[in-house]
Amino acid sequence: MFRNQYDNDSSTWSPQGRIFQVEYASEAVKQGSAVVGLRSKEHAVLVAVKRSPNELASYQKKVIRIDDHMGIAMAGLTSDARVLSNYLRTEAMRSKMVYGRALPIGRAVNAIGDKAQSNTQEYGRRPYGVGLLVIGHDDTGPHLYEFNPSGIVSEYYAYSIGSRSQSARTNLERNFDTFEDMSLKELIVQGLRSLRDTLQQGKQLDTLNTSIGFVGKGAKMTILDGQDTQEYLDLLDEGEAMDTE
Amino acid sequence: MDSITLRLPHTVERPAEATNYEPTTRISQPTVTGTSVVAFKYKDGIMMATDCLASYGSMARFRDETRMTAVGKTTLLGMSGDTADFQHMKHTLNNLLTQEYDMDDGQNLGTRSIYKYISNIMYGRRTKIDPLWNSYVIGGIDNGEKVLGFVDYYGTTYQSPTIATGFGAHLAQPILRKYVEGHEDEITEEDAIRILDDCMRVLYYRDCRTFNKLRRAKVTAAGVEISEPYALETNWNIAEYVRGYGPF
Repeated sequence: MFRNQYDNDSSTWSPQGRIFQVEYASEAVKQGSAVVGLRSKEHAVLVAVKRSPNELASYQKKVIRIDDHMGIAMAGLTSDARVLSNYLRTEAMRSKMVYGRALPIGRAVNAIGDKAQSNTQEYGRRPYGVGLLVIGHDDTGPHLYEFNPSGIVSEYYAYSIGSRSQSARTNLERNFDTFEDMSLKELIVQGLRSLRDTLQQGKQLDTLNTSIGFVGKGAKMTILDGQDTQEYLDLLDEGEAMDTE
Repeated sequence: MDSITLRLPHTVERPAEATNYEPTTRISQPTVTGTSVVAFKYKDGIMMATDCLASYGSMARFRDETRMTAVGKTTLLGMSGDTADFQHMKHTLNNLLTQEYDMDDGQNLGTRSIYKYISNIMYGRRTKIDPLWNSYVIGGIDNGEKVLGFVDYYGTTYQSPTIATGFGAHLAQPILRKYVEGHEDEITEEDAIRILDDCMRVLYYRDCRTFNKLRRAKVTAAGVEISEPYALETNWNIAEYVRGYGPF
């Protein structure tokens, strides 16, 4: 049943220089529904497709507010993301209480990166099974970061994680140089356009499964769900109509 | 015949409630102290002055102390009270700034953040019933705005365009109210120096824990500048006619 003898725990190397438990955890991220993040010089945006296990169930939340200046979107194990978001919320509050300052985004992401890394070095632990896109706005402007179970943290202009996220990344790579000067609305629509590329055949974005989060200069972290997303979905369709004309 | 048991004092058991008694380790009074800090906002930023004296009780013990320090690039800290506790505070703030420097991520601790941090230390220590025996005045420029705040050993804080601690709160504050408040954005550097020197002169005349060797400091957009020590011109001609402050 074992794939090999080097994947029993996350603190053992394989002779090829790999840590299999960490790679398996990254597989969990790939199974989560896709999330897309992108930023301009004033705003950072997250868009996500929510899933529901069956028709009777609610849709699983994908975007979480950490503080007025920071939010995350997750792909992978929701419960692991909650542990991380609780930690981030605590750290954000601590920064406000001790220094009267909003927690700098880079520091926040590095803090959870360090937590994830220690899971891959200490015996008897397991890596987190979740990837995050973190957006925020601090003294150095808007930011978008990716966090993954290996503890690697990277900053991006635009990025996507989750199932079939490669399609979204292809779209983002083609267009990211235009994002810098976009308005918030354009940025959200651009995000949705990339997100749509990750959908299965026959599925589409609607008010039930779409989640939008944004933050920026003069805009507190806001999450839009349900009917509030209609406006942007309409803009997405309009843009499509114009492209085919 | 009944025998009498004599017990040496150190063999006598102490009552149960007394077994936990230990000597007091917290400061119950300040030892080497600095007197007033005077500070206010003016056109270009913040102006502050302290004298160079650290008294041991009523003795003028150390006459070359500096009671102001720069915290980072745009924050100035002035201190009244126990000089040892001030050294402790400087040490703590230096640790904070070193940590911040090591992060090397382009983030910056502004005056407001440093003020909040100092206030938290002061309130934290009073909550341990082990206060730092100081009043602090924190001045600086944060995001282009002038900030001037006060915190004492209870952790009490307030912000104001003029602040004076200790004896200065009684003798210098009224002068500052008259000349500064409402004109914070108009007072030139020359006027600010004149007002500051007037305050310090009155304090030198009437506060017996002062010394005619003082420094002034300013925070402007260019940063913090603390002057070399200087003396004020004084005139004691009328002193011998003053009556009613002592036994004569």
